[in-house]
Parts: sequence; C-alpha cells; structure tokens
Amino acid sequence: MTINTGESEGLQPAKAVFYNDPKVRAIFWQIVAVGGVIAVFWFLIHNTMVNLERQNIASGFSFLDLEAGFAIGEGLVPYSAANSYWRAILVGLLNTIKVAVIGIVFATIIGTVVGVMRLSPNWLIARLATVYIETLRNVPLLLQLFFWYAMIVEVLPRAKEAYGPFLGVYLSNRGFNMPLPDTWGYLGLLGGFLVALIAVIWLYRRNKKIHDETGEIKNTLGPSMLIFAVGMMIGWLAGGAPTSLDSPEFKGFSFKGGGEVTSEFLALWLGLTLYTASFIAEIVRSGILAVSKGQWEAAGSLGLKRGQILRFIVLPQALRVIIPPTTSQYLNLTKNSSLAVAIGYPDIVGVTNTTINQSGQAIEGIAIIMSVYLTLSLSISLFMNWYNTKIALVER
Amino acid sequence: MANAQEAAAPNLGPAVELRHLHKWYGEFHVLKDINLTVRHGERVVVCGPSGSGKSTMIRCINRLEEHQRGHLFVDGLELTNDLKQIEAIRKEVGMVFQHFNLFPHMTVLENLILGPTWVRKVPRGEAIETAMMYLERVKIPEQAQKYPGQLSGGQQQRVAIARSLCMKPKIMLFDEPTSALDPEMIKEVLDVMVELAEEGMTMVCVTHEMGFARTVGDTMVFMDEGEIVEMEAPEEFFSNPKNERTKLFLSQILSH
Repeated sequence: MTINTGESEGLQPAKAVFYNDPKVRAIFWQIVAVGGVIAVFWFLIHNTMVNLERQNIASGFSFLDLEAGFAIGEGLVPYSAANSYWRAILVGLLNTIKVAVIGIVFATIIGTVVGVMRLSPNWLIARLATVYIETLRNVPLLLQLFFWYAMIVEVLPRAKEAYGPFLGVYLSNRGFNMPLPDTWGYLGLLGGFLVALIAVIWLYRRNKKIHDETGEIKNTLGPSMLIFAVGMMIGWLAGGAPTSLDSPEFKGFSFKGGGEVTSEFLALWLGLTLYTASFIAEIVRSGILAVSKGQWEAAGSLGLKRGQILRFIVLPQALRVIIPPTTSQYLNLTKNSSLAVAIGYPDIVGVTNTTINQSGQAIEGIAIIMSVYLTLSLSISLFMNWYNTKIALVER
Repeated sequence: MANAQEAAAPNLGPAVELRHLHKWYGEFHVLKDINLTVRHGERVVVCGPSGSGKSTMIRCINRLEEHQRGHLFVDGLELTNDLKQIEAIRKEVGMVFQHFNLFPHMTVLENLILGPTWVRKVPRGEAIETAMMYLERVKIPEQAQKYPGQLSGGQQQRVAIARSLCMKPKIMLFDEPTSALDPEMIKEVLDVMVELAEEGMTMVCVTHEMGFARTVGDTMVFMDEGEIVEMEAPEEFFSNPKNERTKLFLSQILSH
C-alpha cells in the first residue's frame, strides 16, 4: 500500500484563518515573551549602570585583589587579614563546601536509619523515630541553629575550664580541641587502610563466587572488620609505630596546637544534619512503602529472610523512588548552610557580606554568592542524575 | 507418573492439618473453627463467595496471615511465632498469587533462581538448570532473559508457578491464580496446573474454575462466612450438594 499525500486528489484539509491557527499563535506568543524578557533585563541593567555612575561607584571585580583587612575564624587554607578579598571569599567557599559535604553524608546515614526505624514493627523504636521526625521537621531551621549554638555555648564551660581531656579531646564553649598526628609515619596507617579496603573488595568478590559455585553463604562482615584491624595495625607498625601526637594545650587565652572543631561549625553541622535527616527519613519511608505488599509476600513465601527481602527485593525498587527527592534535600542542605551567618560561621555568605560592607561592591558580591550556589547546586544535581540513571531499574 | 514429591517426604502424616482454627481482623471473625486435613498428594479445591475467608485460610498455611486460635501443622511441623519454623515451612510450601507478584526489576531467570540460591543454597549453575527445566515445563523457556513487564498475564502467572516449583516444594498453594487473567489466558495456566496435579503434587487451590475442580480435585471445600460449609468429593459435591448455601452458590456459578 502506498501512502497517498492527498495533494493530487484535492484531499488537503481546509485551512484555518491564520490568526486562529494554533501554530501561528504559538510563534506569536513566543516572540512576545522573548521580547518582554529582553526589555525587562535591559531596563534593569541600564538603570543600574546609570545609577552607579551617578553615585560614582566603580563596577567590576578588580576590588577582589585589594587587601581584605578582616580576620576569619576558621578555614581550610591559610589566611590572614593581609590577604586579598578573593582569598577571603575562597576561605568562605571552602567552609561552605565543608559543612555541606559533611552534612550531606551524615544526613543520609541518619535519615536512612531513622526512616527504616519508623517502619519497625517494634512500637518503641517506631515511636521514637516518629517523634524525632515530627519535632525536627516542624521547627524552623534557624531556630534549631540558635538552639544548638546556645547549647554548646551556654552548657559547655569556658575554654580555660574545658572538660577533658577525653582521649586527648577537650570540650569547651569554643568547640572541640583534639590531638592530631604530627609525623609522616602515620601515613602507614592510611596505607594499611587502603590495602585492607582492596582486600575486603577481593573477599567480597570471592564470597560471591563461592556462593555462585557452591551455594554456600559466607559471612563477610566479621572477616572484613578483622582485615581492616589487621591491615591498619601492620600499616602503623610499618610506619615506625609512631605514638607522638600534637596535643592541644591551653595557653594564655586559647588552645594552642592540635586540631579544632569550632562551636559555630558544630552547631551549624548538627542543625543542618538533624533537620535534613528528618526529611530524608520520610523520603526513605515512603520509598519503602511504595513497594507493594505483594512483593514482600512473594519473597517471604520463597523462604527469604527479612534482611534478604530488603536487600534483593525492596531496596532496589525503593531507591528509584527515593533518589530524586533526596537530591532536592541535598540541594536544600547546601543552600540552607547560608543560615551560618546567623551564628557566625564564616561561610561564603558571611565572608562576602563583610566584603560587601567594606568595599561597597554589593552587586558583584551578590553575583559571586549566587554563582557559587548555582554552581554547587548544579554539580550536586548532575552527580545525582548520573547516579539515578546508573541505578535506574530496567523493567522492560 | 511417578510420585516423586510424596516419595521424598519422610512424614507420613497429613501434609497440612488445620485444627479448630480461628482468626479475627479486629472485631471481625474471619475464620470460624476451621478443620481441614490435606493428605500428601491430595488436591483440595476451595470455593465460596467473596469474603468467605478462603484466601485468608490458605494464606494462614504459609503464615502470610497469623491465626489466633487453634493449631496448624504443615508437614508435621506446627506453625508458631518461631521465625526459624516459619522459614522452614515456607521453604516447603510454594504459593501462587492472584496478581503474580513477580519481581519487576529482575529477569524471569533471576526471579526463578533467587529462592534456590539464597534459601536452598543451590549452586548458581544448578539453579539455572533447574529453572530452565521448569520454564520448559510451563512452556516459555524462550522468555528467560525478559523482564516480567514484557510478558502477558498468562505468561507471568506461569513464571510465578515455575518460580515456586524451583524451590521444590512439597505443597503448592494457589490463591485465585486465574482471576486476574483475560479469558484466553486462563487455559494456559490451568493446563500447567493440571499437569502438576497429574504428577502428584499436593495442592490447595482457591479457584472458581469448576471445570478444573472437576478434573483434578480430590476434595471440594465450600466456604461461606468464615466457615467450612461443605466438604465432599467433586462428583458428590456437584451432583448432590447437601447444604442450601452450597446449592445457591453452585446455581449462581454454574448457571451460565
């Protein structure tokens, strides 16, 4: 059969009047919309330029090379008040990334555990999880940050009378001060850990192979722990068995030496983690509930244990539901970290705010903050979307 | 055909025994004093109006539902709260569901070998061999690498039957296996079940397929309002039902 275009036989459908044709209308409205957007932006930018010129404010990013002149409480890279603004902003950016990354890791762990707990048949465990979730997610995050900061600052003693040392760690209202390794010999410990990790992966593969070949199910958890312990022990000995530590000591007005976790970081990290975990817990719970009861029953009637049913049947199907909303929570946590400014943690917003106050470059400063969050958020989204497609279920 | 299933059973007592079984959903008394004995190799067909408790009863047999009073023995073991005991019994009891409940994220073959490799601890190669053998028997070996979503309802149900058989169960439970199927697919599933019955499998089957019941059933059980109203051999049950409720039910179901 050939397809007849209808042209030769006069079968063309009758044409509508052009202004009633949906295609023509669509093009018209698109032109109007684009024109409108351009007009609004031109108006905003032009006005701003004219106003800045009138007030004699220089625009551009050249101020970033000037000396910052303010101190920052903590940072991952060396910084002093004599450094430039861009160095200060870099310190703020790294602080933001630090609290976001550590927050995301812990929020995921706590959220998953609490979400599973809320589904537990054990009355007490389920209720505890419910109370946790309902309290934490129904109180504004800013209040929670104030709460944790107040708890640390008010409840713990001054640095001079710090609690401890517990295994070398001092607790005070300035945060935690802990000993750090001070010789390269400790790298042996790290090396041992990495070797053990490879050994554990090998063990896991070997056990899977044994299971495939003989059906025997070998315990992986116990031997893995043993391998880690022995591996790190040998690495430590190979590094010359170092025992010396750079311990914090109270001198004058503050602790000298060792590592410090500030009370600002602790409060922000606790607040962000616990708050976001309560949302992730609900996502995990809904993901597990989204797997139909029939799947549990079918797997159960094959004689599989509860843990096996979760591992083989329920979690693979639940993850598909869990990952997209969890990505949103990661983004929220990252953006919520800007509330750091309320408790004095020097994140990108705090540092850039100071920069704006000193230099007067508000537009540039805000542009920097916005592009930083945009970049961070898009990176997280891209990574999570990649992960999502990787574990997406093939069903047909 | 050789009765391999029965020969392998060390227990010479009944395959399934329900003694004065009671169950409540809250206030609602679903099962009222159920007494039923299924011999090894016996085929029991359970029928009755919807809501009569027939599904609940067979779901009790592998503990998908918990009974609250009475005793339930499967292959000589009593079903209690003991998890080990429940797992041991579920290994020996296969179950086929109305809605198939295949695992959608696994291929047909993976569906079939999951139980054998992780519960029976059979080597993977051997599990695959057995799985292919059962897929041949349900006549869809060519679908092994497909996902359940790619199969028709009848094919999915046959995979579900094969999945249960791969565990080499002593007893098979069927919970309305053909009610969710289009009419033209019912036969292909019933054919598989008839074949299974001919091989001597012990079966408890909730179904409204009266033709099937007549061909393979040893015992007909009629339930209504949570009670076993009548229990007879099929010839007697269909030609000469004693109870008024049975007569009414049969007249409704056989009228067309």
